[in-house]
Amino acid sequence: MKILATVKRVTDPDMKIKIKPDETGVVTEGVEYKMNSFDEYGVEEAISIKEEHGGEVVVVSIGPAASTKELRTAMAMGADRAILVETDQDLDSDAVARVLTEVVGREEPDVIVMGKQSVDSDRNQAAQLLASYLGWPQATFAFNVDISDGWATVGREVDGGTSTKRIELPGIITADLRLNEPRYASLPGIMKAKRKPLDTLTPDELGVDIAPRVNVLKFEAPEEREAGEILEDVDELVDRLQNEANVI
Amino acid sequence: MANVLVVAEHVDGVLRKVTRSAITFAREAAALTGGNVEVLLLGSDVDNIAEELSTSGVSRVLYANDPAYAHYLAENYAPAIAAAAEEIDAAIVCSPSSTTGKDMLPRVAAKLEAGMVSDAISVENDDGLKFRRPLWAGNVITTVEVVTPVKVVSVRTTDFEASESTSDAAPVEAFDPGTGAADGVEFVSFDQVKSERPELTDAEVVVAGGRGLGSGDNFEMIMKLADSLKGAVGATRAAVDSGYAPNDWQIGQTGKVVAPQLYFAIAISGAIQHLAGMKGSKNIVAINKDPEAPIFQVSDYGLVADAFEVVPELTEKLQKVLD
Ligand SMILES: Cc1cc2nc3c(=O)[nH]c(=O)nc-3n(C[C@H](O)[C@H](O)[C@H](O)COP(=O)(O)OP(=O)(O)OC[C@H]3O[C@@H](n4cnc5c(N)ncnc54)[C@H](O)[C@@H]3O)c2cc1C
Ligand SMILES: Nc1ncnc2c1ncn2[C@@H]1O[C@H](COP(=O)(O)O)[C@@H](O)[C@H]1O
Repeated sequence: MKILATVKRVTDPDMKIKIKPDETGVVTEGVEYKMNSFDEYGVEEAISIKEEHGGEVVVVSIGPAASTKELRTAMAMGADRAILVETDQDLDSDAVARVLTEVVGREEPDVIVMGKQSVDSDRNQAAQLLASYLGWPQATFAFNVDISDGWATVGREVDGGTSTKRIELPGIITADLRLNEPRYASLPGIMKAKRKPLDTLTPDELGVDIAPRVNVLKFEAPEEREAGEILEDVDELVDRLQNEANVI
Repeated sequence: MANVLVVAEHVDGVLRKVTRSAITFAREAAALTGGNVEVLLLGSDVDNIAEELSTSGVSRVLYANDPAYAHYLAENYAPAIAAAAEEIDAAIVCSPSSTTGKDMLPRVAAKLEAGMVSDAISVENDDGLKFRRPLWAGNVITTVEVVTPVKVVSVRTTDFEASESTSDAAPVEAFDPGTGAADGVEFVSFDQVKSERPELTDAEVVVAGGRGLGSGDNFEMIMKLADSLKGAVGATRAAVDSGYAPNDWQIGQTGKVVAPQLYFAIAISGAIQHLAGMKGSKNIVAINKDPEAPIFQVSDYGLVADAFEVVPELTEKLQKVLD
């Protein structure tokens, strides 16, 4: 089974994000980057599918040359090889999906595992767009994946509870938080990853126009909430809720 | 081409209230494009919901009763929605940014060759339509424009009031998308968490607990407080990950977004990813034993106290006031 997993390089979610004074983007100096959290779950799932069914795990990232670091991390976890589609442009999810459509055309994987959302741009679109472009079924927000007889049975986290769906492969799965516990890269894993193949392509070479359909015009900080008061005790809280906030 | 299509969402034969917030967004958008708001309802036995939608502030209700839509599947819904969008010449297609909306709308966008905005919190006309949306866990708000003729939008429903019922009923018309059921996909089950409590995203009061509660059993006191106020129960990711609370309760960047009148954050530190899901609440009460906890930076009322002592006391005293 050939499994493709996607890896996006994103700002470290633990860092405070600052906006440039001219509102054209966020400050990138001094910012640390890492693999998108949901993609860690996706890569882990891809590797465990391989461990169960055999085959190969290919990881793909679209982004600046520095994204090789996240691809090496994925290979240190156990992915077999990597493809970087190099660009310094910020892409919308649609451009990501169109680039991936071409990569999938070349690689012909049986299953694709992606993250449910990038934790920087918070869009939650790329996998569903890709599935539609490929004409493949999708199982988003997966917390459980079971593959047999060419179908994937996927437990999904949805509003109001959980849901189970079966999709025929090839298909696309997106990882939610409780899908698995991503493994740490071992030292031998890290050493081995250095020698694993990493191919670099460009959107041009793939023949994809990456012009965005959604243009970002302005970046702003949200309105800050003001800190309120620390109260003495429960009696004061009840009093304030009743007589000041008028919510009781 | 100026109409706005809203896709209705329903569970168990009941229209979800988030649809009404999406209708409000659609009305604001249609006022800018000069078009009508039409709503599409897909299901297998949805006549009652169609009836209800006809007085929800829309110009027309299109509905399709078909076994293919008995259970939600993105593969069946997306082509039908795209067909309806083409039928009514929609400039904007929207639905709530629920798990269903997030799942199906990008497929609709792909079919319509449309750009998509996730989690829109506003729409305005400033030399063309502009949308605002939060990202980076709510640390950043961007203003975006969609360059394609058709625009697909998932609506952050906490930023739009539910549309009120009208006395006049809009026409209700059957619509046959002619797209059928997709191959290679099967609905197996929907395991609903049955609860007497209101839905998290609709509740006027939300009582949320964090990892500081230490166990699932200790969530009992959170539930008691919620029940005394007829509220919903929420949790942090850390509490969910620790198995104290079901996933469906998670509030934050990667969970649900809520904006009730009153939010209790109990034994919750106030990580930015949690705040992303609740800082739009009208009144925030924080109970934490650590006076330095960041949650106090966003709360209106804080109690520096042990939750195990004050939550039962609070429940009891609120109950007295309510009685
Ligand atoms: C990509 C990403 C996405 C994330 N998405 C989300 C999300 O959607 N939602 C979310 O919530 N988190 C999310 N997180 C996790 C988030 O960063 C925090 O780890 C999490 O919110 C912390 O939960 P907590 O406040 O319950 O736990 P902690 O941070 O451990 O805080 C527990 C608090 O309880 C207090 N406490 C302990 N005992 C008591 C007591 N007896 N009485 C009173 N107070 C007490 C402590 O002082 C402490 O402040 C995400 C993280 C990442 C990296
Ligand atoms: N630039 C990228 N390179 C590789 N994968 C990506 C990229 N952008 C998005 N993805 C994948 O698509 C998922 C959803 O992204 P998004 O639509 O941006 O929320 C992410 O979790 C990644 O798995």
